[in-house]
Amino acid sequence: MEINYLNKDDSVYAELSGELDEYSAEYVRISLDDLLNKSLKEKTKLILDFSKVSFMDSTGIGVLLGRYNKFSKNDIMIYIKNPTSYVNRIFEMTGIYQIIPKVS
Amino acid sequence: MAFDNYFKLTLEAKNVNESFARGVVALFASELKPTISEINDIKTAVSEAVTNSIVHGYENKGGEIVLEAGISGNTLDITVSDNGIGIGDIDMALQPFFTTKSEEEHSGMGFTLMDSFMNSLEVKKNTPSGLVVHMTKVIKG
Repeated sequence: MEINYLNKDDSVYAELSGELDEYSAEYVRISLDDLLNKSLKEKTKLILDFSKVSFMDSTGIGVLLGRYNKFSKNDIMIYIKNPTSYVNRIFEMTGIYQIIPKVS
Repeated sequence: MAFDNYFKLTLEAKNVNESFARGVVALFASELKPTISEINDIKTAVSEAVTNSIVHGYENKGGEIVLEAGISGNTLDITVSDNGIGIGDIDMALQPFFTTKSEEEHSGMGFTLMDSFMNSLEVKKNTPSGLVVHMTKVIKG
C-alpha cells in the first residue's frame, strides 16, 4: 500500500495504491492521521482516491470510519473518489456513503 | 465429502498472511474459470474469515489457522478453522455492525460480507476451542 498526497485549493487529495486489508491498515491509519496532525492547516476537505485500490475487505470500512471520527472533529470533511466497481460494491453494501460521500 | 480437487494448509495467524491466504484460494479456484467479480468475492470472503481468526480468534497473538478448499462440480468449498477464543454468541456475531472491538476501528461487517459474497455461510464452534467458518460458492464463470 502506498499513499500519494496532492494539495489543491482547500483540499488534500490522497491517492491510495494497493491492497487495503488488516495488514496494510496500520500504515493507512498512521499516514492519514499524520496528515491531520501536521499538514492540514487551512484545508477543509480530504479526498480519498480509491482508483488504484485493487483489493479491500471490511478492514477498510473500519479504517474509514475511524478517520471520519478524527477528521470531522477537526472540521475536515472526507470524501471517496473513483472506487473500482468491486470496491464500490463493498462501500454500497456497508452504507458508508451515508457518512463519507462519493464525489466524481 | 469427496471433492474433485482439494487442498489443506496450515498458516501462522499473522496479518501478513492474509494476502497469501486469499491469493492461494483464488489460484486454486481458477480451474473453474471464475469471472473477475467471482474471484474478488472469493478473495474478500477468505480475507474476512482469516482476518477474523487473526484479530478476534487469536487476538493478534498468533496461532494456527487451517485453510481448506475443495472443488465439487462447479462449487468451491472453503473452510477456515482456528483454535482461538471462539465466539460466545454466534448468532449475534453474524449481525451487521456487531463488533467487540469498536475502539480498534473494526467495522463488524466481516460476516455480512462473507454471507453476501458467497452462496452459503456456516459458522460453528471448533473443538476443543475456536471457530470453523465454512463457505461455498457456485462458480458460474
